[in-house]
Amino acid sequence: MNSARDRFIQPVELILTEDGRPDPSVLAREQVLRRDNREEPQTLDPHLAEGVPASHILRDLFEGLTAESPDGRVIPGAAVRWNISRDGKTYTFYLRRDARWSNGDPVTAQDFVYGLQRSANPATASNYAQVLLPIANAAEVLAGKLPLNQLGVTALEEFTLQISLNGPTPYFLGLLNHSSTYPVHRPSVLAHGPAFSRPGNLVSNGAYVLKDWAVRSRIVLAKNENYWDAENVIIEQVLYFPFEDQSSAVKRFRAGELHWTYEVPNNQFDWLKKHYAEELVISPWLGSYYFGYNLWREPFIENPGLRLALALALDRDLLTAKVTQFGEQPSYTLVPPGIRDYVSPLPEWANWTQAERQQEARRLYASAGYTDEYPLRFEIRYNTGENNKKMALAVASLWKQVLGVQASLVNEEWKVFLQNREQKVLTQVFRAGWISDYADAYSFLELFRTVHGRNDYGYSNPLYDSLLEQIASERIPSRRRRLMFEAERVLLADLPFIPVYTYVTKRLVDPRLKGWQSNVMDHHYSKNMFLLKTASDADTPVVSKRAEPSEVEGQETVVPGEQQLEHGVQQAERGEPETVPGGPEEMTGDGGETVATEDQPDTSAAPETGGIVADPDGEKTEPVPQDPPQ
Amino acid sequence: MIQDSGMLRHSLQRLLGLVPTLLMLITVAFFLIRVAPGGPFDSEKALPPEIEANLNAKYHLDEPLVQQYFRYLGQIAVLDFGPSFQYKDWTVNELIAQGFPVSLTIGLLAMALAFVLGTMLGVTAALRQNTGADYSLMGFAMLGISIPNFVVAPLLILLLAVYAGWLPAGGWDWGIASMVLPVVTLSLPVTAYIARLTRGSMIEVLHSNFIRTARAKGLPESTIIRRHALRPALLPVISFMGPATAGMISGSVVIERIFSIPGLGSYFVQGALNRDYTLVMGVVIFYGVLIILLNFIVDLIYAWLDPKIRYDEKH
Repeated sequence: MNSARDRFIQPVELILTEDGRPDPSVLAREQVLRRDNREEPQTLDPHLAEGVPASHILRDLFEGLTAESPDGRVIPGAAVRWNISRDGKTYTFYLRRDARWSNGDPVTAQDFVYGLQRSANPATASNYAQVLLPIANAAEVLAGKLPLNQLGVTALEEFTLQISLNGPTPYFLGLLNHSSTYPVHRPSVLAHGPAFSRPGNLVSNGAYVLKDWAVRSRIVLAKNENYWDAENVIIEQVLYFPFEDQSSAVKRFRAGELHWTYEVPNNQFDWLKKHYAEELVISPWLGSYYFGYNLWREPFIENPGLRLALALALDRDLLTAKVTQFGEQPSYTLVPPGIRDYVSPLPEWANWTQAERQQEARRLYASAGYTDEYPLRFEIRYNTGENNKKMALAVASLWKQVLGVQASLVNEEWKVFLQNREQKVLTQVFRAGWISDYADAYSFLELFRTVHGRNDYGYSNPLYDSLLEQIASERIPSRRRRLMFEAERVLLADLPFIPVYTYVTKRLVDPRLKGWQSNVMDHHYSKNMFLLKTASDADTPVVSKRAEPSEVEGQETVVPGEQQLEHGVQQAERGEPETVPGGPEEMTGDGGETVATEDQPDTSAAPETGGIVADPDGEKTEPVPQDPPQ
Repeated sequence: MIQDSGMLRHSLQRLLGLVPTLLMLITVAFFLIRVAPGGPFDSEKALPPEIEANLNAKYHLDEPLVQQYFRYLGQIAVLDFGPSFQYKDWTVNELIAQGFPVSLTIGLLAMALAFVLGTMLGVTAALRQNTGADYSLMGFAMLGISIPNFVVAPLLILLLAVYAGWLPAGGWDWGIASMVLPVVTLSLPVTAYIARLTRGSMIEVLHSNFIRTARAKGLPESTIIRRHALRPALLPVISFMGPATAGMISGSVVIERIFSIPGLGSYFVQGALNRDYTLVMGVVIFYGVLIILLNFIVDLIYAWLDPKIRYDEKH
């Protein structure tokens, strides 16, 4: 039986014009995009926002100095180009002169200075201001020890902005499309105070303006006619709907009331795969799911052999095929794939067969002094969630089956779970996960630093810490990469955690919706999207003359490839970046300032930090997707 | 006159009794939520200490707990529930002001539907006691009580929205169409319960002496039912409806989740899970006041329905 929606969704074939834009003749008359945004955003004040739901909306409303292409690379945003000083510590941004606020005011360097200062202001109490910490004096300003004007941000001229950093931060450009660094319109903030982010008050500089906000019902954005690129924005209106229950979102999608779901429940996978194969979109996500050991407690303290034994005993292919089911990739490392120019060191055992791993696991287990009569006993702690529960059960039974381990399961509510992890008194083995803010291996590696606030493993290795310090101050990308590789190798040898799998995003997308592309950060700008009309809408038979997407002239920028790319359409060829004399390696070699492009490899993969982090199997308050994917 | 002043005194007493009850409620809720492990700003993302300090200062969480308690009481006194920790752009007052009308609308409509339908079915069954009609009606009622909302709702959505396309599958726009499914779903178990309640008490009333007297006077059966039997038969229904209405108009978590409705119900759960202290306190106090008020109203209706109660008031 077909759902109401199935009867009218077949889109016409996409036709592109010479410049890679969709031909007007194939566009639906009504360009109203309806997106499932999972949760009510905590706020639309860009400097207070921290969750994924808010960051999706804010990317539509505001534009940072940098932005992202549909496939997730850093491209110019409000800044048209930038220079980076030789020591990598001073960034000079040249802003678009045609950029306007939604009320028509020009967007100036002063707006960015004000925005960054407001974000760092202790009175603002931003809980995501750590994004600013690479900026000179940011920590002192946040702590209230220095006045706001000491923050390393200066407007050199009306459209020239300089930002000084504490040290070279190769992922800095990626941080600049995080909402914590967005500009805000000073007169409206001063006029409306905390209510400046309400409809009618909010003045924004992105492709859309806030039109209506009914709490926990819908947020309506309308096209910003003052946006510098408004003529290329096709979607006229975006409706963001919060859903506490993902099955409800799937039903509304099936009823034709949504174009885009945030995710789909795990338990409906088989059915969706069968009936909605075309709509079901699964793609890699920059996140790892793993279990942590508490190294402050027996039995895992100073027992690397035993830690390895448990890691070896898990059949990750089985776990991803039978438990998670959505095409998650088995993982043997901490850092997930998808970060440009970084490949994790694979531990030796990653290439063994599962039988070999199990044999070695049994040997290590026995040499740690455990037998069938005296089996290892411990608790696996996880936060409430269907997927977490299934995973903990599966892992415990594999350990029992392979080694005879007696693991018991302890389920805790999210906040209780976090506190227990942090205290390191009760935990032994616990669920953990991380989805990065920006596409840089460092954001995963730093979790295991001795002093890191979320080092719930109690892991402390001076060699590892010193490698991380070197990474933080390393300017040359290739050296930095080697250091990160080495650090991860050290970590995998010590194994304070058990890698399990890397996350995927899984959602239903209306086949009429085009203009977006899968990317590991899962950032999707509505301004790139458009709706095709359906075959039944088409007045005349559609001629299938799919234009060859041609190379697009870069706007006045040096970063290539910001043309609109259609999902499922052959990707437009990208021009080679106008690189600067001297590749990344020679950056420190010949003097002078240089244009930023390729020399920032770590940012270019798919950076940004919009969403924030953490952990999709985390909980409601989490920045991230919450309810564990079922 | 005597009777009225008695009622008035009684009412005032009841209303004044609200104050210590509420104070107790506020105190217990305030300290209970604070005792729960974790705080509103805990997340998997580690907060730098200076940022945590800024947040605590902004929300006065750096003060001693007792001081926070009295600060909160001071706020409550002027009906200010404070800003929400979770929904930072809104105050708790605004969240309740937006959510309550939605829950109230759904709750009242569902209650009205349940009352009309439930009493009609109950009376019908009572008048045909122990017939096939009685058994089948009561069988349906039993089914209505025992099938949970979260089973009925997805079924209705699938049939009427996904396949037939007659009604929206969820969402809320104050249009009639978006109200139908949630109202019907919410009212089903209550309709069933009221039907059983009405049937039971109707049968009892029909066997009482004053009905026998009425019959002896030769009054037509319909007049007996309408004039004499219905009112006393509804007493247990009314006393059930007081707290039930409070429950229904303060929002149903299940209905809100399944139909994506922005009512009050989810705030109880979300507020507690997120340790959104002010929001939890706000909805708890609001709900407390609502229950006390509705019980009070039920008392008044009782007095109107049952002359014996009014007579007792005088003495």
